[in-house]
Amino acid sequence: MQSAVSIKDLKIAYGGHTVIEKMSIDIAPQEFLVLLGPSGCGKSTLLNAIAGLQDITAGEIWISGKNVTWEEPKDRGIGMVFQSYALYPRMSVRKNLSFGLRVAGLPKAEIETRVARTAALLHLDKLLDRRPAELSGGQRQRVAIGRALVREVDVFLFDEPLSNLDAKLRNELRVEIKKLHHGLGNTMIYVTHDQVEALTLADRIAIMRDGVIQQLGSPAEIYHRPANLFVAGFIGAPAMNFVEGRIERASGSPVFVSNGLAVDLSGHSFRALTPEGPATLGFRPEHLVLDGVASGLPVIAGRVSVVEPMGADAVVWFDWAGQSLSLRIMGDVTLQPGDDMAPGLDIAKASLFGSDGSRL
Amino acid sequence: MARPHPNGPKPAQITAGRIGLYAFLFVAALFFLLPLYTMIVTSLKTMDEIRLGHIFALPEAPDFSAWVTAWSGACMGTVCVGIRIGFWNSVAITVPSVALSVFIGAVNGYALSLWRPRGASVLFGLLMAGGLIPYQIFLYPMVRAMANISLYNSLAGIILVHVIFGLPLVTLLFRNYFVSVPEELCKAARVDGAGFWRIFFEIMLPMAVPMIVVVSMLQFTGIWNDFLLGLVFAGRDNLPMTVQLNNIVNTTMGERTYNVNMAATILTAIVPLAVYFLSGRWFVRGITAGAVKG
Repeated sequence: MQSAVSIKDLKIAYGGHTVIEKMSIDIAPQEFLVLLGPSGCGKSTLLNAIAGLQDITAGEIWISGKNVTWEEPKDRGIGMVFQSYALYPRMSVRKNLSFGLRVAGLPKAEIETRVARTAALLHLDKLLDRRPAELSGGQRQRVAIGRALVREVDVFLFDEPLSNLDAKLRNELRVEIKKLHHGLGNTMIYVTHDQVEALTLADRIAIMRDGVIQQLGSPAEIYHRPANLFVAGFIGAPAMNFVEGRIERASGSPVFVSNGLAVDLSGHSFRALTPEGPATLGFRPEHLVLDGVASGLPVIAGRVSVVEPMGADAVVWFDWAGQSLSLRIMGDVTLQPGDDMAPGLDIAKASLFGSDGSRL
Repeated sequence: MARPHPNGPKPAQITAGRIGLYAFLFVAALFFLLPLYTMIVTSLKTMDEIRLGHIFALPEAPDFSAWVTAWSGACMGTVCVGIRIGFWNSVAITVPSVALSVFIGAVNGYALSLWRPRGASVLFGLLMAGGLIPYQIFLYPMVRAMANISLYNSLAGIILVHVIFGLPLVTLLFRNYFVSVPEELCKAARVDGAGFWRIFFEIMLPMAVPMIVVVSMLQFTGIWNDFLLGLVFAGRDNLPMTVQLNNIVNTTMGERTYNVNMAATILTAIVPLAVYFLSGRWFVRGITAGAVKG
């Protein structure tokens, strides 16, 4: 099947500083791809390059089967939504929506139909004659999304569209964007540094760091089988627990050993042959079971330091061998700081990383 | 005395200091209005009344004939056609000069706001210096240059000179205004297919209306009040109002007609004054403009 967007050996550098080095990625039609990473990882630069707003140093960009590397933004068949909304301040909502169509010289009737259709889709009908200054943040961002939709293109680019909104609006618009994607079936590329947005919206997530994609996969894959320590630590809140140790072989089966803890790894599915040597064991707060002794799992005993109730669940922090580990339990907690606890580790769900940081 | 229990709005307090302050402001305002008052009163008196020397006295019977003379009969040397020729000359010089310098300055400022080469700050420092160097330094080379392109002593020549001298400051003001416009706005317009001019005319210029008003007023008053450049470059037929006013006031033949002089001076000053009064609201808005979020 033909890719909607295809990036081939892309390199972007300015002033001797390489932002993106030899990146290749294929995005399928109707896919929702999220580019996720910390600030300065090159995700916005990549998006701007796809839009044609950023000069590239080497490589090719293909959109809908056409090599658009040298094309102007308007000829690439894309619509884009920006973090700061970037609405034209002196134009009404209607004029904002129709600007691109007027520039393209479409017939008036066609413009009116498209604007009406887009406005209805985004519930902007009653706001058409207002100026951007008279709109709330959420309404402004809906107009910005509308301005991309009205172009009726195959690919939509979102550059941190929800970052300027408050938490409640962000949640509402996130759902709205997801519905839009289901309804329209366009390809969407979405840049964010918010992992909740990434996990909830994406078909696939590309986690970037220093201009390099660390892992490209479904939200479930990224969350449950992180490819390296960076991805494992970046995704999840509270962050994954890491324990340094060694993998040794005892009576035929591999064992992870650290500070008196010995975990039988025969239940873990390794990528390749079981290695031996230094390793890091990573497990999420929910991979610990409160009552380790009764569950028969390997026990990591410690003393409770902090309890954070969050309503539906709670995070319990406890000290083990000089480091702070977290555990998530559903419902109410009766534990108090200072209590002793002996949770059990569900090793089948845990991850192991080698000394180079990549998944074993 | 016991302090009252604080509750509700804080009561207004009138102190002696406040009263003193307002009294001072009132007196200061009177002081600065006095010359204008004297000018208006004098322009409405007959010469006989003026000779009495009561310069603050109100006219016995307001007489507008000095105004008519100033407008259409006052003498410059031997020519007695009034200041109206100068008025229309000034309009012919000021209007195109303001329009051209503001438009070209806006285009320059927009282009420079997009173009950020290395050493840009040095470039803008030079631009600023261009706006601050005294005109006198340029006079001689400018006269030679204008003569070489046959524009010396012509309307087009004086307009060109005003545009050139106005551009550094106008460009700088527009550049600083456009730099504050979010970069993403330009990007959005480019995705929508707009080019350099389309973005300028349909997005940037409408946003810059307060700036256009402020800059136009600065340019208008500056060019209207100009004396030196008009005297040197305009030529006999295009002398601006300021130069003609000087010719009327400094005429040495016969008696000094103070009432006509006052009327002619007020006529010359009234145009920039009116501009400020009519667009004061816009002026304040432009100066405080910076809020381009939208």
